[in-house]
Amino acid sequence: MRIHDFRESYVHDEALWPTRVQRAWLVAVLVALAAFPLVGGGYLVGLMCVLGIHVIAAAGLNIMTGGAGLISLGHAAFMGVGCYTAAWLAQRGVPFVVTLPAAGLMAAALGVVVGLPSLRIKGLYLAVATLAMQFLLVYVFREWESVTGGVKGVNVPPASLFGLELNTDARMAWLIGGCAVVMLIGARNLFRTRVGRAFTAIRDKDISAEVLGIHLLHYKLMAFAIGAFYAGVAGALLGYFYRAMTPEYFTLQLSIFYLAAIIVGGLGSTLGTILGAVFMTLVPELLRGGVAFAAQWTPRATEILSPIQQVVFGLLIIGFLVFEPHGLVEVWRRIRRFFHLWPFRS
Amino acid sequence: MTGFDWIALAEFSAIGLLSGGLLALVALGFVLIYKGTGVINFAMGEFMMLGAYFLYTAHVMWGLPLWMALPATLAAVALCAALVERAILRPLSGQPVISVLMATIGLASALHGGVDAIWGGRNYEMPQLLPRKPLFIGDVMIPGQVLWSFVLAAVVIVLFTLYFRRSRTGVAMRAAASDPVTAYVLGIDVRAMQRLTWIYAGLVGAMAGMIVASMTSLSPALGGAALGVLAVIILGGLDSIAGAIVAGLIVGLLESLTAGYLGGKVRDIVPYVVVLVILLVRPYGLFGTRQIERL
Repeated sequence: MRIHDFRESYVHDEALWPTRVQRAWLVAVLVALAAFPLVGGGYLVGLMCVLGIHVIAAAGLNIMTGGAGLISLGHAAFMGVGCYTAAWLAQRGVPFVVTLPAAGLMAAALGVVVGLPSLRIKGLYLAVATLAMQFLLVYVFREWESVTGGVKGVNVPPASLFGLELNTDARMAWLIGGCAVVMLIGARNLFRTRVGRAFTAIRDKDISAEVLGIHLLHYKLMAFAIGAFYAGVAGALLGYFYRAMTPEYFTLQLSIFYLAAIIVGGLGSTLGTILGAVFMTLVPELLRGGVAFAAQWTPRATEILSPIQQVVFGLLIIGFLVFEPHGLVEVWRRIRRFFHLWPFRS
Repeated sequence: MTGFDWIALAEFSAIGLLSGGLLALVALGFVLIYKGTGVINFAMGEFMMLGAYFLYTAHVMWGLPLWMALPATLAAVALCAALVERAILRPLSGQPVISVLMATIGLASALHGGVDAIWGGRNYEMPQLLPRKPLFIGDVMIPGQVLWSFVLAAVVIVLFTLYFRRSRTGVAMRAAASDPVTAYVLGIDVRAMQRLTWIYAGLVGAMAGMIVASMTSLSPALGGAALGVLAVIILGGLDSIAGAIVAGLIVGLLESLTAGYLGGKVRDIVPYVVVLVILLVRPYGLFGTRQIERL
């Protein structure tokens, strides 16, 4: 139950984490996450790294699509741009602290270019335009062999930070986790600023936003740039984590995965980004476990693992859209409300 | 300029134009659904896949003769389309664009995985539905399958156009598409019309799928083929059947010429280059309704 929670000033009301209980939970979760690479097994730590990367990329897409209402089916391509930028720079000895922001900025620059058509087209047309961009960029990744290594892929030298070689999964987990926390706080704060509120206005009705004096060109491009920046950083981290990358990773499937993650989690909500990305990453892993278990009796089970994952993925998207359009974050809010009111109303 | 091979150019052009008929047929499926319900159906390729797999199952696995297998397949696909409309699209009507878009993408994923799980990922050899005998016009050779697929696609498109012009139901469907509220007031069952739209689009997709599968082979990769057709409907205008036909021929020609002169890899991205250029220059396509808000 929630007691003694009086908002007495606007500063207090606007605070990111207004109550002491929330702050305590936050610290507890962060400490648990920081301690996890020390105690967790190799598989779990690796999974945590992938989760962190997915969360960062999905946060970018949620700013763009959930925040500003610009549908993008090309998020994976932005990640690819970030990954190849980081790889290209790292191979030439540029230190990690430079390549990571550079990867983000390169993707952001491309995001601005891709965002230009968004001024004339929106909705379904924008989705188709970004889809076309996705295919074109993957084509570039495949064919521009001097930079991307073509279909054979590219190798990324290990990152090092303050003289510490980040060559184990545990160290990468700390790095990725740290980046994810910083970028999530950034995303959360963005929507308390002038820029974030402009995004919301554009999403809700672009004509009235324009009437209110919001410069559409400026802010739509900014939404694309910010979303692509997040994707670029995620892509660079992905490269440093796997240490090698091929164009086959940055397909339309991955773009769709991120859209699905933010829809399942909750459009426009940072917590939704986390919940959605974690949920959509863990479900296939759980299915893999279930199939490995079932394979004891029916050997065919492993054969149909990937189709089953596809079916479940599709049904999850449809199920959430039809039955819980506000996503997991709404489920979370309902649970919280129940406990806030608990003994008095059930 | 003596070395230029005019016959090759003529062949590439003819094959391109004729295979454009098939593109136009798939595009018709997209346009029907967009006109009728305002949705781009990203699961169109999966309907094509369903048609081809159902036909294979009925005709080859169960050994039914073609005149029984074909109607049975079409009926089954129509049923699937009606179910999809009822279970997924109806509850989402009035939702934002991204919800409906993602629902069709989710449907595509589920159908694709389902087909893969039931029939397996391997290639099946479809029986020849169309005669292979090539046609010679002078020295220019046109493969029989390409020619006949064009004829078949043209017949289907013409039949649909007549249906929408002449028949009572067709006119009612057009009315429901252009102004649902007025149509409803005039006593047209708008929901039934939307269901019918999905059924027809499913049938068109299934027919296109059977033809494509019999020309190449049958595998789950067939589902991805429809995304390239997006170029056709963007070029033609999302809500124009005439546009779909003209754009189908243009894109078919472009694809065939790039495949002939620049290679297959370039061919695969031609539709997407077309999409980007059109969206930048003329977003409503060649024949689409102009609906541009300049801000």
